[in-house]
Amino acid sequence: MTTLDTAALPGLWPLAGIAIVVIGFALRANPLAVVVAAAFGSGLGAGLSVPEVVAALGKAFHQNRYVSVPWLALPVIGLMERAGLQEQAAALISRTKSATTSRILLIYLGFRQITAALGLTQIAGHAQTVRPLLAPMVEAAATRDNPSLSEDERNQVKAMAAATDNVGIFFGEDIFLAIASILLIKGFLESAGIIVQPLELSVWAIPTALAAFAVHGYRLWKMGR
Amino acid sequence: MIGLPALYALAGVVFGSWAVATMRDRQHPKRRRGAAFWGLLAAEFLAGDALGDMGNGLLLLALVALALLGAPGKGHALTTDAAERLASIARHGNRLFLPALIMPGVALAGTFLFPLQPGLVDPRQVTLVSLGLGVVLAIAFLLLWQRPPRAAPVQEGRRLAEGVGWAMILPQMLASLGALFTVAGVGEIVGALAPLAIPEGSRLAAVVAFTGGMAIFTMLMGNAFAAFPVMMGGIGLPVLVLGMGGDPVVVGAVGMLAGFCGTLLSPMAANFNIVPAALLNLPDRYAVIRAQVATAVPLWLFNTAMIWGFAFR
Repeated sequence: MTTLDTAALPGLWPLAGIAIVVIGFALRANPLAVVVAAAFGSGLGAGLSVPEVVAALGKAFHQNRYVSVPWLALPVIGLMERAGLQEQAAALISRTKSATTSRILLIYLGFRQITAALGLTQIAGHAQTVRPLLAPMVEAAATRDNPSLSEDERNQVKAMAAATDNVGIFFGEDIFLAIASILLIKGFLESAGIIVQPLELSVWAIPTALAAFAVHGYRLWKMGR
Repeated sequence: MIGLPALYALAGVVFGSWAVATMRDRQHPKRRRGAAFWGLLAAEFLAGDALGDMGNGLLLLALVALALLGAPGKGHALTTDAAERLASIARHGNRLFLPALIMPGVALAGTFLFPLQPGLVDPRQVTLVSLGLGVVLAIAFLLLWQRPPRAAPVQEGRRLAEGVGWAMILPQMLASLGALFTVAGVGEIVGALAPLAIPEGSRLAAVVAFTGGMAIFTMLMGNAFAAFPVMMGGIGLPVLVLGMGGDPVVVGAVGMLAGFCGTLLSPMAANFNIVPAALLNLPDRYAVIRAQVATAVPLWLFNTAMIWGFAFR
C-alpha cells in the first residue's frame, strides 16, 4: 500500500448520513425518519447549517416530484380491482391446471426481460401488473396445487412475484441501447476521454441477462418441486 | 408543449381528491392527519414552485411528522364486496383483462408516435406523459363501461394509496437524500477512500473491490446510478482500466450490473423493494428483499467473474 497522505484525505463527517442509514435500517426504524436523520447527519457533517439542510432537502424534494408521478396509476388499478380483476385472474389460473406457480413466474420473467431489452420497461410493474394480475395468479396456482399452504408460505409466493418483476427488468433493460444506465456509462467514459458506442456496452449486458434467467429461473423451477 | 407541469398538476388534483375524501370519511381513525398528509402532498405538486426551497423543506418535515403520527392511516374507502366482484366476473369474464392493456398500450404508442409530432410533447418526458394520458383514457373507459358511482376513481385510488401508506413518499424522499449526499460530498469521500482497500498488485482483489464497492455503495444509496460515478472514478477507471489495462467497456457495463445486484438487496431502493411489499400487504417489510438474496448473490459473483475473466484479455 502506498503511504497515506492524511492531509489529502477529505474529512469523514459527511459520511455520518451513511452510518445513520445503516443503523436506522438495521433497527427497522421508520424509513422516513431515517432519511431525515441521515440528511441532517451528512448535511451538518459537511458544515451546512440547520436551515441550509432543510432548504437543500426541500429543493431536492421539489425537483424529484417526477418520482411520485407513477402513483397516478392507482385510481385505474383500483377501478379494475373493483370490477373483479384480481378474482378473474385467480379464477382463470385455478381452472388452468398446467399453469403452475413456477411456469407462470418463468414466463413472466422471460416476458419482462425481453420487453425490457426492447426498451418497454413501463408496460409492467408492481402497481400495474404484479398486484392486480401476477400475485393473484401465482397465489391461486399455489393454493390449488397445495391447499394446505400456510399464510406465511402464501406471502412468500407473492414476494417471489415481486422479486421476479425486479430481476426481469434489472437484467433486461441494459440490453436496450437508450436506457439511462447505458447513457450514464457512456457519458462517464466520454468525460474521461474514452469514446464507446452504446451498442458495445449493451452487448456486455447479455451474458448477465442470461445468467439472471438461469439463476432466478432455477429458483422458480425448484419452488414448484 | 405537454410536459412535467401538466403531470404535476394532474397528480396534485389526484392527491387533493384523496384529502377531500379522507376528510369526508367519518369512520377514518386518523381523519384529520390523513387529510393533512394528502393535502400537503397536493400542495407540493400544485404550489411547490411558489413555496421556495425552505417552504418545500418545511412541508417535507411536516409530511414526515404526520407519517410518524400514523398518517395517512386506513379509512373506509367505498369499494365493491366479494359477492359483487364474483357477480362482475361471472358477467364479464376475461373481458376484465382488456382495460389492463390500455395503460401499456398508450405507453407503447406514445413512445413511438409522440416524437413524430414535434412540439406536442416534451421529448424528454414522453414516458411519463404517456403514462398520464393512459391513466386518463383508462379511467374514462372504465367509467363508461362499468358505470360505477361517480366518486369511484377517487375512492378506489385512495383505497390503494392507504394500503401503501407513508411508503408513498419514500421513493421521492430517498431521491432527495441522494441529492443531499451529493451536496455534502459523500461520493467524493467514498471515491477517495475506496482505492485504499486494494492490496497492491492483485488483479482479483482490485476487481472484487470494484464490484463489491458497486454493490455495497448501491445498497447504501439505493441506486446504482449514484454509485457508478463514485466507484468508476475511484477504482474502475484509475486502477482497473488505466492501471491494469482493463477494457473500459467490460468494466463499465458489467460494473453497473454488479451494482444492480446491490439494488436487489437494499431497503433504500424503496420503489422496487419496500413499495411492492406494501402493495401486496406483506407483513414483513423486507419480504421482497429476502426473496431476492439467493438471486442477487450468485449474480454478483457472476459479474465479478465476468470482469476478472474478460476485461483483461
